[in-house]
Amino acid sequence: MFFTYLRRELRRRMRQAAFIAMGLAVGIGLVITVTAASAGVRNAQGTVLHSLYGVGTDVTVTKKPAAGSGGPGSFGFRGQTGTSTRPAAGTTIDIDNLRGAGLGTLASSSVTSISRVHDVAAAAGGLTLTDTKITGKIPAFNSSSGGGFGGGGGGSSGGGSFRGSFTPTSFSVNGVDIATGELGPLSSGKITSGRTFDSSDVSANVAVVDSNYATSNKLKTGSTVTIAKTSFKVVGIVSEPAGDSTSDVYIPLARAQALGTSSTGGTLKNDVNSIYVAAASASDIGSVQKAISGLLPGATVTTSASLASQVTGSLASASSLANNLGKWLAIAVLIAAFALAALLTMSAVSRRVREFGTLKALGWPSRRIVGQVMGESIVVGIIGGAVGVALGFGGAALVSKLAPSLTAQVGPTTGSASPGGARTFGGGGFGGGGFGGGAGNSFRNAAADAGHAVAVHLTAPVTLTAILAAVLLAVAGGLVAGSFGGWRAARLRPAAALAKVE
Amino acid sequence: MYKLSGVTKEYQKGSRVVAALRGVDLVIEDGEWLAVQGRTGHGKTTLLQMLGGLDRPTSGTVEFDGQDLAAMRESQLTGVRAASIGFIFQTFNLVPTLSAAENVEAALVPLHVAAGSRRARAAAALESVGLADRARHVPSELSGGQQQRVAIARALVKEPKVLLADEPTGNLDEDTRDEIIGLLERLWREHGHTLVLVTHDSALARRAQRVAVMKNGQLAISRAAGGRTAAT
Repeated sequence: MFFTYLRRELRRRMRQAAFIAMGLAVGIGLVITVTAASAGVRNAQGTVLHSLYGVGTDVTVTKKPAAGSGGPGSFGFRGQTGTSTRPAAGTTIDIDNLRGAGLGTLASSSVTSISRVHDVAAAAGGLTLTDTKITGKIPAFNSSSGGGFGGGGGGSSGGGSFRGSFTPTSFSVNGVDIATGELGPLSSGKITSGRTFDSSDVSANVAVVDSNYATSNKLKTGSTVTIAKTSFKVVGIVSEPAGDSTSDVYIPLARAQALGTSSTGGTLKNDVNSIYVAAASASDIGSVQKAISGLLPGATVTTSASLASQVTGSLASASSLANNLGKWLAIAVLIAAFALAALLTMSAVSRRVREFGTLKALGWPSRRIVGQVMGESIVVGIIGGAVGVALGFGGAALVSKLAPSLTAQVGPTTGSASPGGARTFGGGGFGGGGFGGGAGNSFRNAAADAGHAVAVHLTAPVTLTAILAAVLLAVAGGLVAGSFGGWRAARLRPAAALAKVE
Repeated sequence: MYKLSGVTKEYQKGSRVVAALRGVDLVIEDGEWLAVQGRTGHGKTTLLQMLGGLDRPTSGTVEFDGQDLAAMRESQLTGVRAASIGFIFQTFNLVPTLSAAENVEAALVPLHVAAGSRRARAAAALESVGLADRARHVPSELSGGQQQRVAIARALVKEPKVLLADEPTGNLDEDTRDEIIGLLERLWREHGHTLVLVTHDSALARRAQRVAVMKNGQLAISRAAGGRTAAT
């Protein structure tokens, strides 16, 4: 009788029931869409942070470069032929340097110290370096037109054909701590060919090359790549996630320390310039950050949370939109839908006062009548929920389809927390000012002063949790509406209900 | 058996207090057919509501089989209505979405009768009012007389001790009215229940054993009518 009565009553009030269900459906659809979009934005943020940070890394430790050390490195001509002050025309220039740039150095022992900090699960050092090659021949040129070697700024005037005589190339090199492969720059990559480093590679001249760099330089497993005039055998090709900021070539940390020089020209033998730290648990990240800051007072200690706060660009705007406008819009629509459902249900009960009065006269207890009203509302809520889930899937699909690629920018930061940040060949160029001059000829880390931009595509995944929450919301909507209606039905005095004129 | 002693019912209408019943004393024997007459607004329906436990008196007692309905909890009253009292209303009051059979079954729902037994008893009740062939029709597909027959079947399906009818022929044409009067009388004779019938219709009232007349909330006259007797 309960279900027969319920079914017939809903059929009689089909339009009103459909109206209530649609109201709930729109609210729930919006909640699912916004939740999915938020999850998408969160995933995108995660992608960005992983790309900047490395999977599994909770804290990174870097150091601001020492004052003045960010200036240009000079390229000497030691061993070249020519006069002591000026190489002779026709002299072959072949420079290949591996240098740290943009980041200060930290002693390798700091890695050990950090790994002993309470609640630190693991710590790994890394060296982010740039390999720069300049090859060519010193051309003959008119001495009256240029500033000469050792001259001033890096202007581009003068020099005649001097600049065109050299071919500068550079790529980023990352020294990887092989002992703790789960941390650091290689952790988020996927080996697409060959292998990654193993314990026997600690001191070997072997390299893992980023897939993009490998493609553009026609490198494959077994090829060789020259770093600081030393040949490294490519043992693997790694593909980093989309949007990831990768280094071009990864080599064992010990080799990077042996071959690299600091921006001031010093050795890096016992140095690293990035330390990747994993905390024992997410709740320990704050205390670990604090402890490391105390341990290394001059270092920049960055957590993913502090990095996330530095993310700007359209991703941050989308995040703000999803978290603020979207969330409140969904809540507002949902409240409106609940209120509408409650009002319409109460109104339906008002129209059925005589009917309920009659049932009470027949001996139906109030709880049975309330149950009938609640049952009807819950069924409407469930129908609304089902339609809402469908609408939510549609909305989420629409968001995924129509959302433009989002960009995230981190920085500008000094002592960047983006150790893999893109490097550009910047500075004043090779002008007539000559080598070893003032502001020119520097390779700088773009991340250090221009920030790091990552593009990610926003997808809006609908999770099972979101669906369950939506169904619960729908049932809750039905319950709220039914409670109001039931409360009204329960309060009916049979005599008054029967006296009501319809 | 009903025994009403000093039953008063007052309603607040704005700042005024209106007395619908003023110290009514009445005894109704088991199996008796009592007709209650009177002009509109003189308390007939209020008296019926007191007898049916649909409302409580402001003062006085309404004893039904020795229990004061006025002092009962709502759940107890509901139980009494479900088991012992059948109602017939002027406007039939059928649930519009349920079929004739389902409307009759609705009276058995609070008695927790199993579905199969419920269907069988509803079919038998409809048969007894001559509507076996209309069991699956919803009220809107039935005439006024047929709807009132369904209402009578609904009132009688649980075999109540008391049948309370409020103007059962008030909404019917003359032919149908006679038909319904005949049916009520036949069923009263067959079942032997107590029948309290509120009516304006003197022709109908004349068929009762006793006629009570309500005037200004008081039971002004109570006289013997046709002296009919029930079968049991």
